[in-house]
Amino acid sequence: MATLTSHNCMITFKELKRNIKKDHSGLTVKKVALIGDTATQLLAIAIKGMGVEKNFSIDLFDADFNQVEQQVLDPTSELHEFEADYTIIFQSTHKLLEKYCLTSTSEQTSLADGRLEFIRTLCSSVTGRIVYYNYPEIEDAVFGSYGTKVPSSFTYQVRKLNFELMNLAQENTNLYICDIAALQNKFGRDMMFDSNIYVSTEMVLSLDSLPYVASRTLDIICALEGKFKKCLILDLDNTIWGGIVGDDGWENVHIGHGLGIGKAFTEFQHWIKMLKNRGIIIAVCSKNDEEKARGPFEKNPEMVLKIDDIAVFIANWDNKADNIRLIQGILNIGFDSMVFLDDNPFERNMVRENVPEVTIPELPEDPGEYLEYLYSLNLFETASYSNLDAERTLQYQVEGKRATLLKTFTNEADFLKSLDMASEVSGFEPVNKLRVAQLSQRSNQFNLRTVRYTETEIEALADDERYATFSFTLSDKFGDNGLICVIIMKLLDEDSLFIDSWFMSCRVLKRGMEDFTLNTIVKYAKERGIKRLVGEYIPTTKNQMVAGHYTKLGFTKAESTGSARFELDVNSYESRENHIKHK
Amino acid sequence: MEKTEILTEVQEIFRDVLDNEEIILTPETTANDVEDWDSLSHIQLIVAIEKKLKVKFTSKEILSWSDISEMIDCIASK
Repeated sequence: MATLTSHNCMITFKELKRNIKKDHSGLTVKKVALIGDTATQLLAIAIKGMGVEKNFSIDLFDADFNQVEQQVLDPTSELHEFEADYTIIFQSTHKLLEKYCLTSTSEQTSLADGRLEFIRTLCSSVTGRIVYYNYPEIEDAVFGSYGTKVPSSFTYQVRKLNFELMNLAQENTNLYICDIAALQNKFGRDMMFDSNIYVSTEMVLSLDSLPYVASRTLDIICALEGKFKKCLILDLDNTIWGGIVGDDGWENVHIGHGLGIGKAFTEFQHWIKMLKNRGIIIAVCSKNDEEKARGPFEKNPEMVLKIDDIAVFIANWDNKADNIRLIQGILNIGFDSMVFLDDNPFERNMVRENVPEVTIPELPEDPGEYLEYLYSLNLFETASYSNLDAERTLQYQVEGKRATLLKTFTNEADFLKSLDMASEVSGFEPVNKLRVAQLSQRSNQFNLRTVRYTETEIEALADDERYATFSFTLSDKFGDNGLICVIIMKLLDEDSLFIDSWFMSCRVLKRGMEDFTLNTIVKYAKERGIKRLVGEYIPTTKNQMVAGHYTKLGFTKAESTGSARFELDVNSYESRENHIKHK
Repeated sequence: MEKTEILTEVQEIFRDVLDNEEIILTPETTANDVEDWDSLSHIQLIVAIEKKLKVKFTSKEILSWSDISEMIDCIASK
């Protein structure tokens, strides 16, 4: 990952430009439209180049600038003809200020509302997803700080606009705000804006800021395409506390408020805890005796992170690359969804060489700088969030307990019987549509066709009569896994149903859930006089696990089709044995 | 810095930014003589020169040069 190779060193615009000349074959193609009210040619180059960094070949439509309204409102415009997967809209604070200046004083109080009205129209007229850049502030110093009391001041209107954009994004699930105002908060206006470049070219973003803006843009696209971080693996000594627990003892590691470096570690742990509460799985990978390593978590009252916050705790003297492989095996998620933090450059390089897919930030030497550095990387972009995310750690801990129980059985069927499993089957409802969309974005391995859905798309499918939709939960005596499997079927003709999507959380592998699922959908098909189910496997780099899925379940491979299609005769189907009850 | 030194530095920057080791600049060189030196890469060149030679150009200067010699004169005057 070139973007993370050294401290504070974002890939340069020049390198991004070079990326465009590289061979793009093998990269996933995404159609992206970019429309701005200032010149966007360099931004377009940066976005394409950043796409290559993230393994996308971006087919970009760059509209001539200052055509935002025409392109959006005219249904026959080039934008609409292009049918982008993502439409990036960049309306600048500069142009907004110009508009403000040309507005009569009495109407300046409705500047933000007017713009919001346009964005609402935008959401209803653009198909596909919209990435909308919010507004980095320009402090015009017309009122000074008093502007905060004056609703007609530009400062007041820009802040209102940025705030209301967040509300708008909640109402419109196809609208994603790209928070470039946050970038300006981090780096300052003098870094974001270069006046001589602006005057000579009409570009409001400096050359130095372009890689950051492109990166934030691609973060959103990656998250929506299912590429995001799920797990944070932590070293312990001098990473989450100061000192060496094996030498200093659990009571003497540096942690806690007051003067000194302990405060930096406390705040760092608070950040990690927030990530955990947001649904990031926290794991520990430390060279230590396990009992000593657990000491601070269990006994030191200043510790923010407790042992319950850690989903997998590995402390031994083996090499860290092997330990990270072990963690990967337990969690069953891709290496590319893991972040590893370690203060020791030697360990970082060792892991980097052996498991290159893991993201390993080059932490600054001074622990006091960890947070500000990590903030700048925006590692944990996500495309969805629900309260259930917070329970994820618990579910992985429970998985550990199941694994222990399994060891006590010699026969797998006896083990599965002993779990007392039950599944609730339902369609897509208001209560589960978010989780359904989220699972479609998160599932990479057990996913037959890897179609990603947003909440809006899931909602539309539920109402579409040509589709049959199912969601499955799974609980057992250890706890509830929640919604873990989704089926979307499309009526091909009166005799056949096509399985448009079949994806499942890897947490519930080898539990007979596939058999239960197939029994359920075959029963549905039979009741409607459907004669056959048609399944398809579209290979990706991650879903080899299900290459043989349909044949294992008794489907036969259909002859003479280009893709891997499989058919199942509904009437001769015999219910498959499993140990899951209907809830 | 001597103007010849500046010319060498600027030539190096042109080669790096435009990804072309064969670029040779003379005081008389204009944008028409160098492949890929267009209004977009001009911005990249300006920013690279500003950083490397620790100068800052005014907006007017950026648009005023008609050949390399005028650019060099401008840098030398800083």
